[in-house]
Amino acid sequence: MSRFFSGGWRFWENGSSDSERAGDYERERPCEEDRPVDRDPAVRVEDVSVALGGADVLTGVDATVDAGSFVGLVGPNGAGKTTLLRTVNGTLRPDAGRVVVVGEDVHAVPSKAASRLVATVPQDTSVSFEFSVRETVEMGRTPHLGRFDRWSAAEDDVVDRAMARTGVADFADRPITAVSGGERQRVLLARAVAQDAPVLLLDEPTASLDINHQVRTLELVRELVGEGRTVVAAIHDLNLAAHYCDGLLLLADGACVASGTPERVLRESTLERAFGANAVVTRHPVTGSVYVTALPDRPERGAAGRVHVVGGGGGAARVLYLLTAAGYTVSVGALNEGDSDTETARQLGCDTLTVDPFAPVDAAARERVVERIESAAVTVVADVEVGEGNLANLEAARAADRLVLVEERPFAERNYAGERGEAVYRGLRERATVVERADLLGAVAAAVGPSDSDGQPTTRPLGPDGNGSLPDS
Amino acid sequence: MHRGSRTAAWSAGLLAVLVAVVVVSAGVGPVSIAPGAVGRVLLNALALPASVGLAWTGVPVPVVGVALPVPNPEVGFVHPFAFPVESTHETIVLQIRLPRILLGVLVGFALAAAGVVMQGFFRNPMADPSIIGVSSGAAVGAVAVIVVPFAVPFGLGIRAAAFVGAVVTAFGVYLIASRNGKTPVATLLLAGVAVQTFLGAVTSFLLLQSGESMREVVYWLMGHLDGSGWNEVVGVALVVPPLVLVLLVFGRDLNVLLLGEDDAASLGIEVERTKRLLLALASVVTAAAVSVSGVIGFVGLVVPHVMRLLVGPDHRILLPTSALAGAAFLVTADTVARTAMGGTELPVGVVTAAVGAPFFLYLLRSREVHEL
Repeated sequence: MSRFFSGGWRFWENGSSDSERAGDYERERPCEEDRPVDRDPAVRVEDVSVALGGADVLTGVDATVDAGSFVGLVGPNGAGKTTLLRTVNGTLRPDAGRVVVVGEDVHAVPSKAASRLVATVPQDTSVSFEFSVRETVEMGRTPHLGRFDRWSAAEDDVVDRAMARTGVADFADRPITAVSGGERQRVLLARAVAQDAPVLLLDEPTASLDINHQVRTLELVRELVGEGRTVVAAIHDLNLAAHYCDGLLLLADGACVASGTPERVLRESTLERAFGANAVVTRHPVTGSVYVTALPDRPERGAAGRVHVVGGGGGAARVLYLLTAAGYTVSVGALNEGDSDTETARQLGCDTLTVDPFAPVDAAARERVVERIESAAVTVVADVEVGEGNLANLEAARAADRLVLVEERPFAERNYAGERGEAVYRGLRERATVVERADLLGAVAAAVGPSDSDGQPTTRPLGPDGNGSLPDS
Repeated sequence: MHRGSRTAAWSAGLLAVLVAVVVVSAGVGPVSIAPGAVGRVLLNALALPASVGLAWTGVPVPVVGVALPVPNPEVGFVHPFAFPVESTHETIVLQIRLPRILLGVLVGFALAAAGVVMQGFFRNPMADPSIIGVSSGAAVGAVAVIVVPFAVPFGLGIRAAAFVGAVVTAFGVYLIASRNGKTPVATLLLAGVAVQTFLGAVTSFLLLQSGESMREVVYWLMGHLDGSGWNEVVGVALVVPPLVLVLLVFGRDLNVLLLGEDDAASLGIEVERTKRLLLALASVVTAAAVSVSGVIGFVGLVVPHVMRLLVGPDHRILLPTSALAGAAFLVTADTVARTAMGGTELPVGVVTAAVGAPFFLYLLRSREVHEL
C-alpha cells in the first residue's frame, strides 16, 4: 500500500468570497498539531479498507474533511471513488476502519440516523416508475419520518424550499422520467437538500452534463457549501474540480495518494503516479485556477535527435507541442521572458534560451542560439512575426545544416524588419524545406534522414489536419 | 388533490364498485335473484362488529382484588336489520354463493396486493406474485396430495399442502439467492425462474402418474374458486387482510426502494431487512390465496399495472386501490366463469388469463411499457 500523504491535512472552512479562498490557498497549511482542535471535522475517514467481491477496493484510506468545505474526490477510473462515497454514506460497511460524520460513526447508528447525517446524490438514477419531480424530492424526507408519521405541512415547506433552491419548482409536477439529464441531476440534488443533512456526497454530479449544466450544477453546489454544508464530490474533470473545490482528495489504487489544495494535489509528478498520464499543470489564463492538460505519452527522449525551434509571440506553441509529443528533444530560442512561447516551452520541458522582456536578441544571445543550431539535427523556423528585435534569430538559423520553415502566412505579412528581414528570410527559404504546420513532422523526419531509421520519431496518429489531438484543449 | 384524500376517494370508489359487484354476483346463477333481494339478505346477515365493544365483562381477580375486563364471546353480534326475505334466497346467497364470492374477494385482494409489492420489489412492472416460485410450490404440494396422498406427511389436505409447498418454495428460493446476508434482486429473479421450471417438471411428472385423478389435478392447476365453504373464507380472511395492512405501512419504503437499493440505503431504508420482510409478507399472502384457489394467473400482474396507469406509482395509494380492484376483478371473472357456459363451469383461471393476457398485450403495445 502506497500512501504519500496520510490525510494529515485538513480543509479549513472556506472564506465567503473567491478572493479570500484564493488567499487561503497560497498559505502553506499548518500540520495537524499546530491547528486549533476545538472544531470537529465533518467527515473523518479512519484507515478504511473495503473489499468487494474478494478484491481490495480501498486499502487503508485516511481522510479528514472540515465542516463547510467543498472537497473534490479525484482519481483514475477504478480508483475507488464511488466505493469511498458509498462507505462514507453508510451503504457499504468497511472491512476495517471507521467513518465518523459529525461525531457519529455512520456504521454504528441505524440507517435512518446515518441518512440524517449524510445525503447522497447518486451518479445515475434511471427511475422506470413515473414519480413526479415533487414526489421524488419528497423521498428525501424519508429519514426524518417514522413509519407511522403522517406527512405534515412542515415537510411540505422543506420540500418547497429545496425545490426552489435548486430551481426545479417550475417542473415539479412533471414525471421524473420526462425531464432532461441536467434537470434530473438537479432534482436529485433537491432530494439531497430536502434530506437536510450536514454532509452532502455527490458521485460524478457533472459526468453526463453539457458544459453549461456542469457549471450551473457546481455553482449551485458551491452556494450550498456557502450556506454551511460540507460537500464531498467525486469529480472526473480535474479542471472543474480544481476550479470549484476548496480541496482535493486524490485516490489511486484504493489509497489516498494526495490531499490538500488543488495546487498541492495537482502536481505533474503526482498526476503521473496516480493516472500514469503525462500531464502539464498550468494556471488557467482567465480563471487563474490550476489547469491540467494531459499530453500523449512521451516516447523515449533523445532517440530522435534534437530539434531547435525559432519562435516567439505564441507562433511556435503548436510546433513545440508537436515536436515534443513526437519524441524529439527540443531547444527553442531566443525568446523574450514573458512571451507565451516561453511559458509553453518551459511547461513542455524544452531547453529554452531567453532574453529580458521586450529586449532585442543581442550578440551574446545570438551566439548561444548559433551554438544550439549548429549542434541540432534540424532547425525549424516557426510561422513567427519578425522584427528588428528577433531578426538575429533568423540570421543565426543560417548556421543550420538542415532547415524547415513552417509557413502558414506569407513572410511579407509578418515581416516587420523591412528589406533586411526579407533578404535574410529569402536566403533561408532557398535552402530549406518549406511546409505547412500539418506537414511539419514528416518534413522533420525526412530532414533527420533515412539513414537514421531507428531514430525515426514515433509520431502519433494525426487528425485530418495533421495537428493531432490535444486532449482537454 | 392531496395524496391522503386522493387515496381515500379512490379507495371509497373502488370499495363501492366491489360491493356492487358482490351484490350483483350473488344474484347471478341458475336461480336469478334481484340485487335488492340480495341486498336485503346481506343486510340481514350483517353482524355489527361494534357490538363486541359492549360485551366487555368484569371478571374479578381473586388475589389482587380488581375486576379484569374480559370480552364475552357469547355476546357481541347484533343484527340490526330484519328485512322480510325468501328463505330459499337466503340459503342460496348465504350458503352457496357468498362463500365463493368472498373467497374471490380475498384471493383477488391478496394476489393484486402481492403483485404490487413484487413489482415494486423487483422494480419491474412485469413481475407477478408468483415470480419467486410460490405458485409452482403450491402446485407441487396440491398435486402431490391428489396423486400420491400417502407420500405427504401429516396427512395434510390439499390446501394445507399447497400452502406449505408455496411457503417452503419461496423460502428456498430466498435462501438460494442469498449470500452473506444480501439478496440481489436479479439473483432472486433468476433463482425463482429456475426453481419454477424445476417444479413445473415435477408437477408434469406427477400429472403423468395421476391416472384417474388427472382431471382433478388439471382442474386444480387451472385455478378455481368453487367447492369453497365458510371454512376456507375464514382461513384466508385471518391471513390476508392483516398482512396486507402491514404491507400498507411499508408503502413509503416501497416507493424509495424503486429508486434502487443504494439510493434507498442512503435515504435511511434498512434495505436487506425491508426486502426480507416484504418478500416474506407477499409470499405468505400469495400462498394463502393460491392454496385455496389454485393458480389464478394475471390478476397479480395486470391489476397493479392498470392501477399504476390510473393512480400513479406511489405505493401508498397504489397498494390499497390495486387490492380492491383485484378483488372486484376476480369476483367479476368468477361470475363469468360459473355462468357463461350455462351448466358447465369454467375454471376462473381460464377467464382471468383469457381476459388478462390480451389486455396485457394491448398495454404492452400501446403504453410506455415497452421502455422497460
